[in-house]
Amino acid sequence: MAASKVCAVIDYGMGNLHSAHGALQKVAPETQVLVTSKPEEILAADHVVLPGVGAIRDCVGEIKAQGIDQIVAEVMQSKPLLGICVGLQAMMTHSEENGGVDCLNLFEGEVRYFGDDLTENDERLKVPHMGWNQVETLDHPLWADIADGSRFYFVHSYYVDAKNKDQVKGRGFYGKSFDAALAQDNVFAVQFHPEKSHKNGLQLLQNFINWDGQA
Amino acid sequence: MALAKRIIPCLDVDQGRVVKGVNFVGIRDAGDPVEVAKRYDEQGADEITFLDITATHEDRGTTVQMVEAIAEHVFIPLTVGGGIREVDDIRRMLNAGADKVSINSAAVYNPEFVRQASEKFGAQCIVVAIDAKRVAGSGELGDSENKWEIFTHGGRKPTGIDAVEWAIKMADYGAGEILLTSMDRDGVKTGFDLGVTRAISDAVNIPVIASGGVGNLEHLADGVTLGHADAVLAASIFHFGEYTVQEAKQHMADAGIEMRLD
Repeated sequence: MAASKVCAVIDYGMGNLHSAHGALQKVAPETQVLVTSKPEEILAADHVVLPGVGAIRDCVGEIKAQGIDQIVAEVMQSKPLLGICVGLQAMMTHSEENGGVDCLNLFEGEVRYFGDDLTENDERLKVPHMGWNQVETLDHPLWADIADGSRFYFVHSYYVDAKNKDQVKGRGFYGKSFDAALAQDNVFAVQFHPEKSHKNGLQLLQNFINWDGQA
Repeated sequence: MALAKRIIPCLDVDQGRVVKGVNFVGIRDAGDPVEVAKRYDEQGADEITFLDITATHEDRGTTVQMVEAIAEHVFIPLTVGGGIREVDDIRRMLNAGADKVSINSAAVYNPEFVRQASEKFGAQCIVVAIDAKRVAGSGELGDSENKWEIFTHGGRKPTGIDAVEWAIKMADYGAGEILLTSMDRDGVKTGFDLGVTRAISDAVNIPVIASGGVGNLEHLADGVTLGHADAVLAASIFHFGEYTVQEAKQHMADAGIEMRLD
């Protein structure tokens, strides 16, 4: 019997990884899902997830302090990597949050504030952007069996604006257009929380586990 | 493409068990929070809120286990409120799998707690619960005499704090969302207090969940269209199978409200 596949969820001390672990384990019962901060375990895994919640300064601070940035850079060379929420934002060049934070620059682009005067069809929009919004899906294997315009659960006050729009694989709209999913080679990163997005989110996680990292 | 308004069923739990009678057809033991959460999840609930009414701090360990068990099976956002008084209470709930915690009296006694919590865990997981009671005006929408005050201890203890000003302050202190309950309407089933819902929702730039008073599906839609709420919370209309969450969402969508129906 072949050894079972391993999916590592990187734990750098920023909040609840219970849901990500549970959702991955549900869609991939044969896969061993590890929540870990150990470099050797992350590097030995078949699939890697970089989650993130909370403030960007703390997230990027912890990522750098624990050397997770080096590990993520190495993972990006070799195996499928999924960034979630602040995990995506941390991959960008720079964020406006917390007075300006330099991020990992794995994707070129800015993380910007939605603004306090956001409107849509004359309706004032609240920030954070919280709840279920639609995603315009652009051709990528991780959207398999997910209808264009499906809803996912978002909670964020800052949004990603990638420099290279060829990397954009999902678009969201909340008063303004924003990048809901980016991809490059074997990396896929989303602004929403697939682990909290019911069947569409679980489908995306399943697609990730089945993904070999080829676009 | 637009953000959907949310429907949030709310459950009271005591020592890890659902109380106050939940009675779904087909569930033998309706007190099992995992079963109840799964059922609401299947019906299309956008989130689920648990209100922990466990009397003592020591017994709250069972609530933590309950949240862990639910988070293993239900993949929509979970909020836990009740008894959240210190940073450690928040950490325990989030580590167990809650996505948000709701802070009520502790915010009134110590507003700085909200600021600390938001800085530590992020505004996205800090809900401030406000129990408001009308103290002046008719309560009708548009009556400029309307005034509401914050009450604690389940609506028994006045604080002298104006509800609208309090909501603005809490948003300023880093709350990510406000759960607004009308103490006048709670359990009455005559609909939300639309006056206070609109006054607060229009005054703050964070989402507001309307709560207290839902007796039928029209009330839910009114909370959004007339009360300007971003989400609506209800308990009893869903617990006894009067309406399913699905029916409620369809009704709101038919009223022209953006909903998640897929």
